[in-house]
Amino acid sequence: MQKLVVIGAGMASGRVLEHLRDTAPDAFEITLFNAEPRGNYNRIMLSPVLSGEKSYEEIVTHDDGWYGAGKVNCRFGEKVISIDRDRKVVVGEKGEVSYDKLIIGTGSSPFIIPLPGHDKPGVVAYRDLEDTNAMIEAAGKPGSRAVVIGGGLLGLEAAAGLRLRGMDVTVLHIMGHLMERQLDEAAGYLLKKDLEKRGIDVLLRASTKEIRGRDRVEDVLLEDGTVLPADIVVMAVGIRPSVQLAKDAGLDCGRAIIVDAQMQTSDPAIYAVGECVEFDGNIFGLVAPLYDQAKVLARSLLGEVDAFAMRELSTKLKVTGCDLFSAGDFAEGEGREDIVFRDPARGVYKRLVIEEDRLVGAVMYGDTGDGNWYFGLIKDGTDVSAMRETLIFGPAYQGGASADPLAAVAALPDDAEICGCNGVCKGDIVSAIEAGAGDLGAIRATTKASASCGTCTGLVEQVLAVTLGDDFQMPAAQPVCGCTDLTHEDVRRLIKAQELKSQPAVWQELGWKTPNGCHVCRPAVNFYLLADWPLDYQDDPQSRFVNERNHANIQKDGTYSVMPRMWGGMTNAQELRAIADAADKYNAVVKVTGGQRIDLLGIKKEDLPAIWSDMNDAGMVSGHAYTKGLRTVKTCVGSDWCRFGTQDSTGLGIILEKRLWGSWTPHKVKLGVSGCPRNCAEATCKDVGIICVDSGYQIGVGGAAGMDVKEVERLHDARTEEETIEWTVAFVQLYREHAKYLDRAYKWIAKVGLDWVRDTLADDAERAALVERFDISQSVYQKDPWAERASPEAARHFKPLADLTLEAAE
Amino acid sequence: MNWIDVGHIDDIPLRGAQIVKTSIGCVAVFRTDEQEVFATSNSCPHKGGPLSEGIVHGRKVTCPLHNWVFSLETGVAQGADAGQIATYPVRLDGGRVLLDLDEIGKRSAA
Ligand code: SRM
Ligand SMILES: Cc1cc2nc3c(=O)[nH]c(=O)nc-3n(C[C@H](O)[C@H](O)[C@H](O)COP(=O)(O)OP(=O)(O)OC[C@H]3O[C@@H](n4cnc5c(N)ncnc54)[C@H](O)[C@@H]3O)c2cc1C
Ligand code: SF4
Ligand code: FES
Repeated sequence: MQKLVVIGAGMASGRVLEHLRDTAPDAFEITLFNAEPRGNYNRIMLSPVLSGEKSYEEIVTHDDGWYGAGKVNCRFGEKVISIDRDRKVVVGEKGEVSYDKLIIGTGSSPFIIPLPGHDKPGVVAYRDLEDTNAMIEAAGKPGSRAVVIGGGLLGLEAAAGLRLRGMDVTVLHIMGHLMERQLDEAAGYLLKKDLEKRGIDVLLRASTKEIRGRDRVEDVLLEDGTVLPADIVVMAVGIRPSVQLAKDAGLDCGRAIIVDAQMQTSDPAIYAVGECVEFDGNIFGLVAPLYDQAKVLARSLLGEVDAFAMRELSTKLKVTGCDLFSAGDFAEGEGREDIVFRDPARGVYKRLVIEEDRLVGAVMYGDTGDGNWYFGLIKDGTDVSAMRETLIFGPAYQGGASADPLAAVAALPDDAEICGCNGVCKGDIVSAIEAGAGDLGAIRATTKASASCGTCTGLVEQVLAVTLGDDFQMPAAQPVCGCTDLTHEDVRRLIKAQELKSQPAVWQELGWKTPNGCHVCRPAVNFYLLADWPLDYQDDPQSRFVNERNHANIQKDGTYSVMPRMWGGMTNAQELRAIADAADKYNAVVKVTGGQRIDLLGIKKEDLPAIWSDMNDAGMVSGHAYTKGLRTVKTCVGSDWCRFGTQDSTGLGIILEKRLWGSWTPHKVKLGVSGCPRNCAEATCKDVGIICVDSGYQIGVGGAAGMDVKEVERLHDARTEEETIEWTVAFVQLYREHAKYLDRAYKWIAKVGLDWVRDTLADDAERAALVERFDISQSVYQKDPWAERASPEAARHFKPLADLTLEAAE
Repeated sequence: MNWIDVGHIDDIPLRGAQIVKTSIGCVAVFRTDEQEVFATSNSCPHKGGPLSEGIVHGRKVTCPLHNWVFSLETGVAQGADAGQIATYPVRLDGGRVLLDLDEIGKRSAA
């Protein structure tokens, strides 16, 4: 009988032994080494053991009886130290065994990030029963806390298990969404929401700096300074194939042990199977392909012909209540068609990716019942053109329903606020409809919803449509873009009503038809989120047009212009000297702008951080000549110098500019302050124009002198400078909170009516609240973008990734 | 094949781009997803806009100057606009981004 030695009693080698037992029970005399002090168990089911849903005994695959019946010589708890290929012996901790054939099935070991403190007691990986027991023990202490590093499959299963055992759990994930290898952003968002519902905190883009504690783990410190107390830290950041043994024995290895399609290594007497192998450049982390390998290996050993081939994989997460499925390649693209289905009410998201009439990928969340059916279509390469229209509804599809554009509104709870001006909820409107109000006019008359600023009109109409069904004829409204049926106004209202605080939340809850928007909707949604949730939402530079991302105006030749602020149009010799020096140093063209300041044109992108730093050194900050935000405040010389000046128009302009700069607005905002009605600062054609008069200040709004020339309309006559400032700030905030992205103030006022604006601002409490909200936002956004980007670390991004001009291209 | 390591994927912002200077001009390297990169010419066939500065959505980029939209996979302009940008072989090895310099040389010569 031939002698077969197997290193590692894991899931893959266990399957090999089963095949041998079934087909040729007497072919080999078998010795089985395992470093773990036990035989083969279903490693996958450690998660239910962790959560308490199963016991270890229930997940044992091969017990003593099984090994006994096959006369397997078991050497459990004994590690193999080396392989001597010349003598054909395996050296274990307790002695040698010789072989005719050898199988290496050593699996993988968890990757541990070498952070300071990673070796403290209380830091565990998640791979075997010992790790699982350590976690169960930590969870036994009442009120104990766990930090899980890694938001992939394993990390989340660990987190869910620990949470079920009553621990406070925080998951740290370095990427922008959970399980990024298996899920797209939308599904990742729903998963996060579900985990949070069960009390697990999830921190995205969280990078760990240090694990701290005296004798054992006490807390985890993040790069941003956050400190998370922890009794146990689970590191689940990935696995590395265990190949040291094979490498030392001189077998060919890449990232893992290289095998051919017969699972043979570079030594014909030695085979390998499982996570420790590399086939055709691929390495493995799920069991399905390992079982294929095991079958091929068993047949190869017996001299039969078979070959291992790669196949499509699908993933599920074993966390009860988090229903997800992903398979194939689901990145979108040219030649590929996406079919997206979202049901915000049920938290369902499905996305199918079709290429050349075949399904190539599928991601699902919330309702994964049809996952295997789609997986079959992907694997078989079935032509789906005939079922294209109904594919998303699954195999059970019967009728002709299509995605419902009203789903987002239908999903709103009764207490969701529809009309912010009058505090009217969806439930109030539905009651009014049930009481007989059948059209917009009647709703306005009975509930006042949409009777004030009117921006919620679209939503009220949708509530009518949802409630009345076919009895209501929807007027056609202009959607934001092809990614949604909702208008800008609807999107703004729903972001507030449903407290949507991230882009994925908007895409999912409002039923976006594309995975992550387009160049039309993304900048708008980015603005709405940051205007409504300054403290929660993080501005996304990748959703901004180039000028706002690079904080400079791009020119037609790809260079940029640099324009420092000159507060209220005032400057001095020192600033002018710095500008002149910069013009020399960076070879800039100098132009005096129409906005009372100086433009340096023709700056190269890689020089931007340096010129900004020079400007900063001279005390100047960005002029934001490129933003949908505050541009200039033009002033005239006013009472300081002018024989007609009634008030300090220059001073007031400077105060306003210093208060308003840095704030993002739906479109640009320009101010002018003139010292008398002669109006030398051209204040009457600005978004806010102030004319100083003997008795005080006339505040006009809604002026413009671009594509449309508009004269301001009088908003309010203020008596003091303070009152003028308060009204101006409150007006800008009202505009920020309500206007559609890319509507200049005059366009917005034309929609909502100056009367509504005036009435709202005339309410003392409301005006004060607007000012307060503006100031909160400024606490986040009033920062000089130049200073933030002049540091060497930030400046790096303005340089090319690499310079290959000196590399030879053959 | 002449795969050259040009940097780490994390040096490219998610849904953003970076440029690599080569002897035939700038190549834009786009990152569309946590783990997906594309390489194209950086210059828009319309009026030379720097595509690396455009908004990246799905596997497409919108030119920053006048909003032409290009597929990053085929390089073909979308919608009513007609035109195409060169696309180049790029791949990921671990987190490293590799560009095939030979191919870049060839395609520009053609
Ligand atoms: C530099 C400047 C012209 C100059 O050399 O004087 C200028 C330059 C640009 N203006 Fe302007 N505008 C400049 C004063 C004006 C003025 C005059 C003023 O502010 O007193 C107006 C009319 C007043 C108004 O805005 O109502 C003006 C109305 C526009 C418009 C039309 C806006 C509208 O609502 O109709 C645009 C287009 C837009 O913003 O969408 C525009 C857009 C632009 C852009 C940013 C075009 C672009 O997106 O690339 C130009 C950038 C040129 C470049 O290559 O850097 N510019 N632009 C002025 C900068 C002022 C400053 O110091 O910040
Ligand atoms: C918690 C958890 C959940 C999982 N969930 C899923 C899932 O849902 N779906 C899925 O498809 N996959 C899942 N996996 C992955 C799956 O368990 C692995 O892919 C599979 O176990 C790998 O099998 P293997 O035989 O290659 O290695 P292993 O099962 O790891 O076996 C290798 C064995 O070799 C031993 N060994 C190593 N070196 C030596 C040596 N020098 N001497 C002696 N013995 C040695 C080890 O102690 C180990 O027992 C999960 C994994 C974990 C940890
Ligand atoms: S008017 Fe303004 S936008 Fe037009 S060319 Fe002059 S600077 Fe450019
Ligand atoms: S230069 Fe690209 S669209 Fe005009």
